Amino acid sequence: MVFNVLLYTSLFVFIFGVICKIYTWFSWEIGFSSRDINRSERLTAAFKGISGTIFSAKILILIKVFILDVVFQKRILKEDFLRWAMHMLIYAGFMLLLLMHALDRHITACLFSEYYSTLNPFFFLRNFFGTMVIAGLAIAIYRRFILKVPRLKTNSMDYYAIIILAVIMVSGFFLEATKITSISDFERMVNEFSDVDEKKDLRALESLWVHEFGTVSPDFKEPFEQKLLEHGREIHETNCAACHSSPKWAFAGYALGNILKPVALSLDRAGGSKILWYIHILACFLGLAYLPFSKMFHIIAGPISLLANAVMEKGKSDPANITTRQVMELDACTHCGACSLRCSAAVAFDALGNENILPSEKMVSLKSLIAGKKLGSMEIKAVQEGICLCTNCDRCTVVCPVGINLKELWLNVREGLIQKGHPEPLLLSPFSFVRGLNQYELPADEYYKPVKAAKQAVAGKFDSLIKQSPLILDGKEVEKFNQLSKDNTFSYCFSCENCTSVCPVVCSFDKPEEALGLLPHQIMRCLGLGLIEMASGASMIWDCLTCYQCQENCPQNVNVTDLFFGLKNLAIKNVKKASSEKELSQRHEA
Amino acid sequence: MIKYALFLGCNIPARVSQYEDSSKAVLKNLSVDLIEMRDFSCCGYPMRNIDEKAYILSAAKNLALAEKQGINILTLCQCCFGSLKKAECLLKEDSDLRQDINQTLADIGLKYEGNITVKHLLSVLYHDVGIDAIKGSLSGSYKDLKIAAHYGCHALRPSKITQFDDPVAPTIFDELVEITGAVSIDWPKKLECCGAPLRGINDEVSIGLTKKKVSDAGNSGADYLCTACPFCHLQFDFLQKRIVSDKGNSEHLAPVLYPQLLGLCMGIDKKTLGIGKDLNGLMEIINVKR
Repeated sequence: MVFNVLLYTSLFVFIFGVICKIYTWFSWEIGFSSRDINRSERLTAAFKGISGTIFSAKILILIKVFILDVVFQKRILKEDFLRWAMHMLIYAGFMLLLLMHALDRHITACLFSEYYSTLNPFFFLRNFFGTMVIAGLAIAIYRRFILKVPRLKTNSMDYYAIIILAVIMVSGFFLEATKITSISDFERMVNEFSDVDEKKDLRALESLWVHEFGTVSPDFKEPFEQKLLEHGREIHETNCAACHSSPKWAFAGYALGNILKPVALSLDRAGGSKILWYIHILACFLGLAYLPFSKMFHIIAGPISLLANAVMEKGKSDPANITTRQVMELDACTHCGACSLRCSAAVAFDALGNENILPSEKMVSLKSLIAGKKLGSMEIKAVQEGICLCTNCDRCTVVCPVGINLKELWLNVREGLIQKGHPEPLLLSPFSFVRGLNQYELPADEYYKPVKAAKQAVAGKFDSLIKQSPLILDGKEVEKFNQLSKDNTFSYCFSCENCTSVCPVVCSFDKPEEALGLLPHQIMRCLGLGLIEMASGASMIWDCLTCYQCQENCPQNVNVTDLFFGLKNLAIKNVKKASSEKELSQRHEA
Repeated sequence: MIKYALFLGCNIPARVSQYEDSSKAVLKNLSVDLIEMRDFSCCGYPMRNIDEKAYILSAAKNLALAEKQGINILTLCQCCFGSLKKAECLLKEDSDLRQDINQTLADIGLKYEGNITVKHLLSVLYHDVGIDAIKGSLSGSYKDLKIAAHYGCHALRPSKITQFDDPVAPTIFDELVEITGAVSIDWPKKLECCGAPLRGINDEVSIGLTKKKVSDAGNSGADYLCTACPFCHLQFDFLQKRIVSDKGNSEHLAPVLYPQLLGLCMGIDKKTLGIGKDLNGLMEIINVKR
């Protein structure tokens, strides 16, 4: 009764959760692409897309991907054998336990008419599969906490996943060990399944089980007479052996039982196996009910992501389906960190300290962002910086074990953020190159808007300079990692204007002063006068090609281009500083 | 045998894979051993605008990885080359900086002491393999093909750092082109920028420069532009295609990557060289008489 109530409750919560999740796939908006596509369009598109794929030759691709990537997890194997071993052990062990043991009444018993959970091979296999999961969990813990795989971050979801699995498995083994040693379970089985009722026979049987099978009896203890044991074996063979293999076959439970022997009697009296049974099934049902809301949901979303990405292609697939897929992909992410390990730009995390630079952590932030959670503007800025600081090398997409098309996700979410978000100085660097390549996928005004906003944010505000007098170059303000702090070659400048006359950017304009603010030689003079702020406010430094013509052609060996880099770094620092100060003062007022 | 750690960078695997394929094929024919290192990451180039430390750290990580193996780096991308080279110089010159960077690198078990260096593909071909050895590997040569060699800024300049060639009158690329029997034409804008660094930042200037270069090369009689950098190549290939289709620009000139140009003369098949992956009608080059 209790079992059924718990089972159906958790099953109901599970199904409800799955439906909620699927509902979000079709209704949540993501990035830039989801504008103007409503829920019903997304549902219709998905239906068309799925049926169109299943009834076409693409079904063969789906079958191939299902076998190689979903069942055998080739993508994980390609990256890291230890990880593959870990995941295979947990996933295969658990699935087999689920099918053979948890659903035994519905599956195993139907397939094998001789089925008894206490009979081999099932008796042995249950232990074997359970040991696989435990071994997998041990590797998982080793990787996360001892080996410390670089950039593998552990959050509460990861702890939960490990803990719930560990509780299910460990309680299962303890339950079995307790049952093996339990005298009351022995007596119950004798009453229920055998015809033995004579005292002498009962004594012989119990002695044999104490001697050979790990049962702990309050009355009978070693040593036993050989004759008694032989008699016991005869009774065992005729009454028990047909549906109970030797508990030694349950190698893990039996070994654990041996360890528990000293406390077995008190454990039995306290109803140990009952308590452990409750812990075991409660953990299972909690895992089931909470599955759609935990990272374990990747069991469902992961295969869908792998299959969908195998047959979908940007430009060919319906944009509505791509939007739906991208929301779903957030659920498929297991936070395994494979992307962050291979991320080209991840080193920037070590220098700048923004976790959102790492793709796996970006996914965590995106989940909150897409779910409509209210993020502070500092948090949004951090996500925006993280998502813009990407070289588009696509390696994350290549290595993702659940096949998430991260490169398209980044482009889409990035566009959505920079369109409505805060000015992003990163857009004024070669990180914009790929956005530039994709320029024609956006309407012109939307394409130019974020770059203009960024340029405005870094543009000089010369009002404060007018008040500032005298203007002194203060070396202390420039931090150690800046070209300006080491390179004072600007002081050699004698304004020959060679730099300006060879500059291809300057040559691109009829009125360069208007377009560029200050020209290269003027910037060098500014530096000579200590007008760092003025120099770093010139739009020239952002429109610099870094072609080094100026520096190469300077007769005085002024490192013009390198100094521009220093000024750009400084301008970005100042913009960041100003915006966080503004933020703080706003919070203060609020 | 000449041995290098192959540094692909971010653009090539994602967008210009034919450059990787053709370079590997050509270098294999010339007995250059390439070691692939999966742990290589961004050279730091795009970070230079943002944060000096992030830049140097990114570059230094790669230098340190190669140093650990004791092999020099070969880059295909000129922006990676310029970026790594600059960091190499900074780290060699400035012991305080090196110490600072090594402190951070120590967390991932790395350090850079300045014992290895960085070279670009063209330098390796010209200086390490040598003109004669390349000539010896050819099975044919072009007759009647005019090539506009695009040197690329970040290889040439700043010359004190890159040590690539004479920054005012370079010859390496021309000589490498001429080995194939093609004529390396003189064109006024040969040493100018392709415009790629401003792509996404100031697209008018970026496209303006690309157009000027293309029409200058075309007016000077070139049949193809020749590139040795993925940024330049994308600018001439991908964006030129857009310029042509949007604005009806008739001065269309397809770019060919140098290892593709060379590979065809070695008799390497067009599939291995990735000819056909470009957008700008490069297929015709395989019909040029050899």
